[in-house]
Amino acid sequence: MGRWLLRRLAAAVLIVWLVATATFFLVALAPGDTTQRLADTRVSPHIREQWRRTFGLDRPVVTRYAQWIAGAVRGDLSTSWTTYRPVATMIGEALPNTMFLAGAGLLLELLGGVAIALRQARRPFGAGDRALTLATLAAFAMPTFWVALLLAEVFSFRLQLFPASHMHSPAGELARGWARLLDLAHHAVLPVLAMGLTGVGAIARYVRGSLLDERGQAYVLAARARGCSVRRALRVHALPNALLPLITVLGLSLPILVSGSLVIEVVFSWPGMGQLVYSAALARDVPTLMGGTLVITIAVVLGNLMADVAYALLDPRVRLGGGA
Amino acid sequence: MSWRRLPPRLRHGLVVLGILSAACIGGPWLANDPTTIVEPAQAGLLPPGSSRWVVELRDGSRTAADTAQRTQAGWVLSGRGEPRTIPTGAVVKVQRQIFWLGTDSLGRDVLARLLWGGRVSLAVGLVALLVAVVVGTSLGLLAGWRGGLVDGALMRLADALLATPALFLLLMVAAIFRPSLTLLVLMLGGLSWMGVARLVRGQVLSLKEREFVLAARGIGASPLRIAVVHLLPNTLTPLSQDAALRLGDLILAEASLSFLGFGVAPPLPSWGGMVAEGGEVLGTAWWLIVMPGVAVTAVVIAAALLADGLGEVARQEGVP
Repeated sequence: MGRWLLRRLAAAVLIVWLVATATFFLVALAPGDTTQRLADTRVSPHIREQWRRTFGLDRPVVTRYAQWIAGAVRGDLSTSWTTYRPVATMIGEALPNTMFLAGAGLLLELLGGVAIALRQARRPFGAGDRALTLATLAAFAMPTFWVALLLAEVFSFRLQLFPASHMHSPAGELARGWARLLDLAHHAVLPVLAMGLTGVGAIARYVRGSLLDERGQAYVLAARARGCSVRRALRVHALPNALLPLITVLGLSLPILVSGSLVIEVVFSWPGMGQLVYSAALARDVPTLMGGTLVITIAVVLGNLMADVAYALLDPRVRLGGGA
Repeated sequence: MSWRRLPPRLRHGLVVLGILSAACIGGPWLANDPTTIVEPAQAGLLPPGSSRWVVELRDGSRTAADTAQRTQAGWVLSGRGEPRTIPTGAVVKVQRQIFWLGTDSLGRDVLARLLWGGRVSLAVGLVALLVAVVVGTSLGLLAGWRGGLVDGALMRLADALLATPALFLLLMVAAIFRPSLTLLVLMLGGLSWMGVARLVRGQVLSLKEREFVLAARGIGASPLRIAVVHLLPNTLTPLSQDAALRLGDLILAEASLSFLGFGVAPPLPSWGGMVAEGGEVLGTAWWLIVMPGVAVTAVVIAAALLADGLGEVARQEGVP
């Protein structure tokens, strides 16, 4: 296990380094001057020259690359061009909010997806299964930003049930304890629902498929022969085996989850990584863009690694290190 | 294989995609002009199915009215606000127009914009898909055939790109380069070749040692010939299944990017951009948000059905 983990870690570090390098050179080799993009053309050349020096753009590309990598290793992602605060600090504030949103959304889509798949697998190819197959296909196909806007339109503007922006109301921001938590939950309903709705389709489709595969296996038949009900046979016997491969699928779908949260954060003004990177893109704030993309990639790579470890721990058939 | 014997999902997907593309290709000639602005004060935010008299004026602008009557003094138009009288000489044309899907806040026809936007969205998706398939196939063939260092480097690059959330990367590139339509297509395609490359590489690895390839090598066929004549045809079915799914992903990615304002630039309508415009007047005009979203969803569902159907074909053919 130790050696396998070490190899996987090395591969993860390699991937992160590749992304860091690629983002740097993408920016560095962009045609035209980055400061020109940062600034209005009405800004005098003298001031722009000053900016070049402040942002370190007067140094050669290789030096800047070495500094970027060395800084990133130490956790220093240089300074934002718009807020003049350290990028790492801004990310430190935004990342927990994104993880909360993505985590809650993932939980919702998991629970919903498994529940739908269990219901479908009870009578496969029946009317209920067909209707749910169509519904999950639609959920899978809907654009995230569209679902988010529709939820805001219906539940916030028409029914006025939930707020459609920010994590806290001004009063909730000042409150302490339960009141603050309740305020957060109230604000989180629509964004989390948007995440869950767009992700539930893919999970339900996947789990339904593997449940149907398991359903045909001898051990499920044996359970049925002992007098086990279909529901119990599916839930107790087939489900654990059907869920195992889902861990890997979830790990691989993390980039999609995070991309989805970007759009949702923008729609609901949720102060997370997506919002941060989006406003940096609008302002052409290059260090924040690079730092944000790098950190979100590290988070995804770590998530993948965790999925692999969890799979190895949960599946007794996987023997790591020795043998195959 | 005859049409009737194709898997039903494949047929449904093809039919939906066919109808939508036909509407988008042919529609712009049937529908109103998408760029025409009818005076927003009179025809802005009309709900679906509304109809108005549209009056074209000599200065090129257009206005609308509930009723239009020709009198001695000129055209008397009554609509929102006080009735207006316009001298006959200033009017070029008066005609009844139906806005099947309503109008936006600038008084533009939503149906027309939807069809034009569909042209843009479908074209961007298809060309980006072509880029992804060409790049992915070439790199996959190269990695699988050469093996060793080339293979290792290409696959690590693919891993790195697959681990990066695409929208973050696209946003970064778009913010720095301010993409034209061409660059947008290249960008989308350039960030989605990895799946294709992996698929083709896997197929090449499993076919490389088979007798027919060994035989081709034995009689001295060049690697390029072996790749194109012997390996590629065998990857076609799984590749087309993958491509169908990828088309849906690409159209979703383009829509998200346009929604965020970094994709197709505004004078050109696109489905994602139209949803964003609808979001600006949230709570007043549901049709502005609903219609383009339904269009995107329909295309992605059709692509997924197509992929499912192609997968079924692959199983029938016995390809793993």
